[in-house]
Amino acid sequence: MNHDRHVPEQAEPADGGAIAPDRPRVAAPAEEAITVATAAADASTTIEALLANPLRDPRDKRLPRVAGPCVLVLFGVTGDLARRKLLPAIYDLGNRGLLPPGFSLVGFARRDWANQDFAQVTHDAIKENARTPFREEVWKQLAEGIHFVPGEFSDDGAFDTLATTLAEIDEKRGTGGNYAFYLSVPPKFFPVVVKQLKRTGLANPPEGAWRRVVIEKPFGHDLASAKELNEITSAVFPEESVFRIDHYLGKETVQNIMALRFANNLFEPIWNRGYVDHVQITMAEDIGIGGRAGYYDGIGAARDVIQNHLLQLLALVAMEDPTSFDADALRREKEKVLKAVRLPHDLALSTARGQYAAGWQGGEPVVGYLDEDGIPLDSTTETYAAVKLEIANRRWAGVPFYLRTGKRLGRRVTEVAVVFQRAPHLPFSEDDTEILGQNALVVRVQPDEGITVRFGSKVPGTAMEVRDVSMDFAYGESFMESSPEAYERLLLDVLIGDPPLFPHQREVELSWKILDPIEDHWSAQGQPEEYPSGSWGPASSDEMMARDGRVWRRL
Amino acid sequence: MTSFTMSGTNASKISAMLTRLRHQMGAPAVGMVLTLVVPCDERTQYDAVRSATDAAREHPSRILVVIEREAGEPARLDAELRVGEATPGELVILRLYGDLIRHAESVVSPLLLPDTPVVAWWPGGCPGVPAENALGLLAQRRITDARAAPDPIAAIASRADGYLAGDTDLTWTRLTPWRSLLAAAFDQPVGPVSAGSVEAKSGNPSAPLLAAWLSDRLDAPITVGDSQGPGLTCVRLAVPGGELTITRTDARLATLSKPGQPDRRVALARRSTAELLSEELRRLDPDEIYAATIRRLARDGSSV
Repeated sequence: MNHDRHVPEQAEPADGGAIAPDRPRVAAPAEEAITVATAAADASTTIEALLANPLRDPRDKRLPRVAGPCVLVLFGVTGDLARRKLLPAIYDLGNRGLLPPGFSLVGFARRDWANQDFAQVTHDAIKENARTPFREEVWKQLAEGIHFVPGEFSDDGAFDTLATTLAEIDEKRGTGGNYAFYLSVPPKFFPVVVKQLKRTGLANPPEGAWRRVVIEKPFGHDLASAKELNEITSAVFPEESVFRIDHYLGKETVQNIMALRFANNLFEPIWNRGYVDHVQITMAEDIGIGGRAGYYDGIGAARDVIQNHLLQLLALVAMEDPTSFDADALRREKEKVLKAVRLPHDLALSTARGQYAAGWQGGEPVVGYLDEDGIPLDSTTETYAAVKLEIANRRWAGVPFYLRTGKRLGRRVTEVAVVFQRAPHLPFSEDDTEILGQNALVVRVQPDEGITVRFGSKVPGTAMEVRDVSMDFAYGESFMESSPEAYERLLLDVLIGDPPLFPHQREVELSWKILDPIEDHWSAQGQPEEYPSGSWGPASSDEMMARDGRVWRRL
Repeated sequence: MTSFTMSGTNASKISAMLTRLRHQMGAPAVGMVLTLVVPCDERTQYDAVRSATDAAREHPSRILVVIEREAGEPARLDAELRVGEATPGELVILRLYGDLIRHAESVVSPLLLPDTPVVAWWPGGCPGVPAENALGLLAQRRITDARAAPDPIAAIASRADGYLAGDTDLTWTRLTPWRSLLAAAFDQPVGPVSAGSVEAKSGNPSAPLLAAWLSDRLDAPITVGDSQGPGLTCVRLAVPGGELTITRTDARLATLSKPGQPDRRVALARRSTAELLSEELRRLDPDEIYAATIRRLARDGSSV
């Protein structure tokens, strides 16, 4: 930002010739860093669009990226996700002026609704859950484009009606045949919906238009089922039209991992086995399984969270710098590092799993997992999973990555902690540094998004006593009051057709390759170890760390 | 909100008091991203403070309001400090008397936050060359508002004379939603534009600026016409096969018409000063498109 202040550094040597070889050129990396930061912050509208449109100019940074005219078709509008996240996110995009003129929203569900009923549902969802204030004119713009098609997924007639409705919308609202199909439905319905889209020709765009399909996790429950699922969608949609949503990747803090690593010069030199002792990636939830018994039982914590969110976080933290921030380059680096992930030899010693028992959680009594509605009494599904992974490359060899996730833990927190080695030599007496821990850099993903750096500092007084202190950067403090919701960013990216933040099928399969052997091992172990609700997981997890001479961070 | 009034004071006492107030509240001054210097008078002060503190919600900042008082009185500095729970930043209203008026920078400079950007905003009258003004010199971004000038049209038309990289005007910021909508309308090819017009309430300085931007980008003559308002009401562009128009008569909802396509309604609300200021603070690098546009406006001058 401080352009003006950098100017003196940029001055050429007095002789006016090339830069002297013994003098490192300071300005160039700084410029690069700015470019990278900008690219990380927002990939610009596609080059072709810029060239074709006389009113756009890459230097004109005030003009936001706005999606082209299009229709979003939402399957599963009656679901919880639609009401809490998707519909409000669409409104918030509209309120920020990011939806194109003529943007239309089509709901599809097994309800006897007319357009205005769906509009009312949308209106209520927005009033209740939107991030930005309700404004009548924005609602009017949105409401004009709201349509509803009632029907079952197996009903050919309903899909024919959908096709006609979409054609009418193109006619009436000028949306040009550009449709995004958002499948906010359980994966078992994917085959029938996708088949219907193919049958009605909705999957094939006419010349100059696009068709995209958005799917939510879970992307299968193991490698084989993930491939099966992919065959269903890829038989109809080409890979570049499939957008797999991992909403963690839409979070500002997660994208900031890339800015932190690649726009700064402060961290990258120590971001390797020479300085890093180990990395802890945690996603802890304080809630139980709630009403998700049917989905959760038999799936468990590792498949639900580690396979997607935590391995994606691992990839972003551990990958090499991509040549650019376009989808190809970024995905290639993530794939490379996922391919390099190795499991320890003895899975019994390097993994842990648990199941929550009854207990007190934040001052309230809660039931154990086996007593939850809809869970069989002999369920061996884990609600806590911890694994130790290694990355076999030059940067990370010998640095363990510990991943853990669990339900009914002490607190809701997601973070990535890079824990550094101790100083090689401490010129203080042992007593002085007794309570000094290891330096750590923590990316807090949620809640209270930000970054914490922990380091030793002298305690005021006459003795040279050194103790840990932390330095804090809070997103909420330095930037917007409320940063955009992950779904806003991801929906906009779908409509613009910008895929870097969506995992590729290859990443999904690589993640299953990492997890499948662990699941196999666990399936032969019988009942997971119990841990009391409100605690920080089973004892075996702490023992796993203790064997390596380490401890989990207290969160 | 903790507030504190100091009279006959100086910058170092103010600085010490800010630190003390912060500590009393148990919140050390972290996370502030910039200093906003607001030279204004008593008349514009209240609204300026309100907008600046609103904008500070998105960009936590130290806000230094500089008010010139009686030049005839002996030199004196009075200060009003507000360190809020409601706002994440700090606010200092400085009142300058006598000879001190000519040395405002001596008060402001030691109060700037270290190593973070400085932005100057003149909500009312502004110097001819903001970048050469004593306070403007401290800032890398200087925001003026032609609408506050006695003759807004003349003011915006002459901005190019005193322009230096880093200048910007809220007249330009007000156009962003219009420009964004126009750019979106051009995302689907519409062909060459042969002529066009911008309509607004008489005396609206954003209208000639929008016309200048359009003629600069589209290479076509764009005229400015008067309407009943409020604000900008209409943009018409002659394109192959008819006319592309955006009309807005209620300051909230606009209608976009393109040849061969159905009319579409789009939210296009006028924005508050706080929102304009927030947009300005989002990017602190020089706005080259603004520079090109005011130069175009100055060149076309009377023809638009």
